[in-house]
This record gives sequence, structure tokens and C-alpha cells, in this order.
Amino acid sequence: MAEPMTATAHGSHGGDEVTKRDFLKLVAGAGAAVGAGAMAWPLIDSMNPSKDVLALSSIDVELKSIQPGQAITTMWRGKPVFVRHRTAEEIKAARAEVKGLADPATDQDRVKPGKDEWLVVVGICTHLGCVPVGNKPTDQRGEYGGWFCPCHGSQYDTSGRVRHGPAPANLPIPPYAFLTDTKIKIG
Amino acid sequence: MAGLHKSEFTNPVINWVDSRLPVFTMMQKEYGVFPTPKNFNYFWNFGALAMVTLMIMIATGIFLAMNYTAHTSMAFDSVQRIMRDVNYGWLIRYVHSNGASMFFLVTYIHIFRGLYYGSYKAPRELLWILGVVILLIMMATAFFGYVLPWGQMSYWGATVITNLFSAIPVVGEPIVTWLWGGFSVANPTLNRFFALHYLLPFVLIGIVFLHIAALHVTGSNNPLGIDVKGPQDTLPFHPYYTIKDSVGLCVFLAIFAAFVFFAPNFFGAADNEIPANPMVTPAEIVPEWYLLPFYAILRSVPSKLGGVLMMFGSIGLLFIVPWLDTSPVRSCKFRPVYRWFLALLVIACIVLGMVGAHRPEGIWVILGRVGTAYYFLHFLVILPVLGKLERPLPLPESISKPVLRGGGPLPAGAAAKPMEKA
Repeated sequence: MAEPMTATAHGSHGGDEVTKRDFLKLVAGAGAAVGAGAMAWPLIDSMNPSKDVLALSSIDVELKSIQPGQAITTMWRGKPVFVRHRTAEEIKAARAEVKGLADPATDQDRVKPGKDEWLVVVGICTHLGCVPVGNKPTDQRGEYGGWFCPCHGSQYDTSGRVRHGPAPANLPIPPYAFLTDTKIKIG
Repeated sequence: MAGLHKSEFTNPVINWVDSRLPVFTMMQKEYGVFPTPKNFNYFWNFGALAMVTLMIMIATGIFLAMNYTAHTSMAFDSVQRIMRDVNYGWLIRYVHSNGASMFFLVTYIHIFRGLYYGSYKAPRELLWILGVVILLIMMATAFFGYVLPWGQMSYWGATVITNLFSAIPVVGEPIVTWLWGGFSVANPTLNRFFALHYLLPFVLIGIVFLHIAALHVTGSNNPLGIDVKGPQDTLPFHPYYTIKDSVGLCVFLAIFAAFVFFAPNFFGAADNEIPANPMVTPAEIVPEWYLLPFYAILRSVPSKLGGVLMMFGSIGLLFIVPWLDTSPVRSCKFRPVYRWFLALLVIACIVLGMVGAHRPEGIWVILGRVGTAYYFLHFLVILPVLGKLERPLPLPESISKPVLRGGGPLPAGAAAKPMEKA
């Protein structure tokens, strides 16, 4: 039934001619597509972090008990954060000139001015999200004395920069500030 | 067009229903008298076995869901409760967890059957593509399911796999945050994985239906890879292949039951008996065996984005296999050279599987790279080039000829038709 009717409709307008009906079809189709898209967005966005997740604010970390050469793991927004009390040799190693970094950065940019001994990084390997080991001096720390990721063998130096392995970027620095000389606020 | 279907069933009740909704006629046509090549070997069991396994997985899964709690603080304990307190909970869960391995086992053999006998070639390309879609959905479903017990492997497997998407330039990080519903794998992640794990098997049923519908348009391939020439080449599906499938099913269920009752944790990882701890990564993260070859490909490439692309590419390649293979001959029975390369591909996949289970050190790095190289070489170079160079063996005139040794009755004119291939 539809076949002959369409033929007549086209025939009476000379085939190729653009008609009002073509316009109405396009507008109706576009309207439906926009409507469906507008309905899809709330569904898609509902999977993004909710307000209660976003509200997981900041944490304070007491530094007094961390001995030089040691690091602690603390939790911020569900992620481990390493706070490391670096020794003089570790700072020296981090400041040494290195060429060919995968993600070039100087150690000075990765610590707060005047607080060279404190390195604060998100403890998540930038490869596929494992937690690297190396907070305890007895842990395997890799060739560069920082952290070693057991999953796929990435190695980080004492500035948290990637030096070896498949990780594409350095351990990220979370936003933080010193409240006093022995206390920081992360977040 | 007076409305009613003309049913041939004599039982009045069946006739009444069939006249209004001809499901009985359809079943009779598609599974009763459906003409099926008469030379099937046992490789042709595996589609039916996969179908049965899907049903077992859905049935056990529904009952597990009745006792499972999708919350990070209770998921691990609710699984322990299923194992200890729920009546037959241990049985249902072991059938379900071992069933996943069995499902992949029969599916991989089913895929190998398709590759060996050229079942992907015209006119069955779309049938093959639907099969690859089924494989992808199966992998996603298995991954979501593995996260639900919320053990260490669940948690860190989820972390590593979702982080694969962070390799995408620019939009990678927002996508991962969106997948997680937070800034790490956490309760919102577990909730949605449970929802998707429940949903996808039903999507699978839909695609399996299309897979079978497409099969019933083109008809089955067969071990000789030549087209059916007429009724003398076929048997009705029932009772011949319902019985043959039943024999295979008995053997399969015996193996399945042996794992469930005598080695229920054979495929499991001990680390998953430890509740998830976001602060400590297990010394080694190893996926389930059926994903190991792909994991090995991921790790063999010394670049994050490159590894992810190669891993997805290794499955993506399967979609275009019908067009990569240039040989006009379907069955490897008549491809004396390609046969050996296909054997090499199987060895490469097994080696990659072993590589995936070991730390990427020493010999395993080299083996991983060699295996990955061969996998891609096979599909991208050998398959297109060999089809042009290889001289296939002469094809038999018809399916009946070798089966009946000397011919069988050929209808007039059938023998005169030119051979359709080679």
C-alpha cells in the first residue's frame, strides 16, 4: 500500500524536487534525535561521580612520626597517597641531571619550596593503576631507589618520576599545602 | 490472508496454538527436518555445547543473585555466606564459576572449528561477525562477574582493566572516572558491574538468536567445506544431530562435573580469597586463563597506548578475517600449507597464554613478543598472501561421494554442475 502512494507523491512533484514533506521529515527526525539525546545524557551522566563522592574533601597528615628514608601511605579520595621523608642522598639523586625522561620534570617542581625532604605523590602507577611498592626501606624499590610496580615492572626514582617500564607518566602530585612544619593538608 | 496459519499438527491443542502463532511449525522446520550436511564430525558439537553452557550460566546466576549483595562492605561476606550457609550455595557457585571456564573452552574450540574449516567464508561472513560480537560480550560479562566476589584479584583486575581506557589520549581520564563513578574502583563501580553482569547474558541471548537465524539462512558449513548439492548430501537435524549433540553433551558435562566436584578451585586464584584492599596490590595480577593470551599481547608492547591498541586489535582482526583470507577453498583438509600455519597460530595462542601467566621477565618477554608478532603476521600477511600462492588439493565432487565411497545416487544434472570453488 505504501509503495504506490509514495510513487504518486513523488510523481506529482517531479521526482527530484524538494518538497515541504521532505522538510517536515527532516525536522521530525532531527527533533526525535535531539530528544533521544537529551534523554540519554542524564542516564550517561548518572554514571559520573556523584555529589557524595565528590564531597570526599581533604585530609590532614601528621608528618612527625615519619623517619627519614621512610614513607607512609594515606588515603585521599579512595586513592593511596605516599608521603615520603627523603634522606639527603635521595634528594641528591633526585636533583642529579638525567636525560631522556619519559615525562620530563625537575625535582624542584615536584616538592614545596624549602621542604625538599618531603615528597607527596599519588601512589598509583600511571600504567594501569597498581600500587607500587617501596615505602619501607626493606621493600624492593627498583634501580632508581624510588618505587617499583610489581604488576608490569615500572620503576620510579626518588622524585616519583618514571625511569623504566611501561608507565607513561610520573606519579602525580596531589594538591596539598603545609599547615605547620609537621602537618600537611591534602586536597 | 484470512489470518490463520495452516498448521499441519494433528493434536488439537497444538494445532490451535500453531494456527495462531506458528512456533511449532517453526521449531519443526528449523530443528526437526532442517536439512543438515551429513558429514559433520564432533567439532560440530561445540555450538550446541556453548548454548547449553549459556543456559546453565543464566540459571545458576539468577539463583546466585538472590543471595548476593552488591556493596563493597558486604559483597565478599555475601559470597562466603553462599558458600557456607545457603543450601547448595557451594554447588551453584562452583557450577557458575567453573561454567565460565567451560563456556570459554567450548567457545574457543568452536572458533577454532570455524578457522580450520573456513566457516567464516562467503556466504557466512555475517554469521562469523555475530560470533565475534558474542565473544566480545562474553569477555565483558566474564570480567564483570569476576569483580563481584570483591576479593583482591577482583579489585585489582577491575583496576587494571578499567585503566586500559586511560591510554586513550585526551578523553582517557574522564572516561575512566565515568566508568568508576568515582576516583578509584569503589562501591559505585561494583554496583554498576553487577547491573551489567546481569544484563549482558540476556543481550547475549539476543545475539545468539541472530547468530542461529543467520546460520539457518546459509545452512551449516561441513568438514569438506563444499556446498550442499542436494537432499542426498543432508540429513534432517532431528534425530541425527540431536543425538550426535547429546553424545558430545554427555562427555562435556562429565568433564564439567569433574571440575565442579573434584577440583572446583582449579581455575581460581588464591588471592581472590582475600577481601579487596585498595591500599595493597597483590604481588602478581593474573587474569583468568581465557584472557591470558590477550593480557600477554598487552604486556608485550613497551608502550601503554600501543599495548592497549594491539590487545583490542587482536580481537578486532577477527571481524575482518572473512576478507583477509583470499583462498577460495574453505576446509583446511584441502589446504596442505595453510594447515600448518593454523597449527602455528594455535601454538602461538597457547604460548601467549603461558606468557600471560608469568612475570614479564627474561625468556617470557621474548616469547611474548614472538607470539604477538606471529599472531598479527598470521592474520595480516599469511592469510591474504598464502591464499594466492597455495595450490589446494582437489575437492571432492560432492559431500555424498566420499561418504558413500563411490557416489550414492546423484540427481540428474548435479554432477554436471561446475565445482563452485577452486
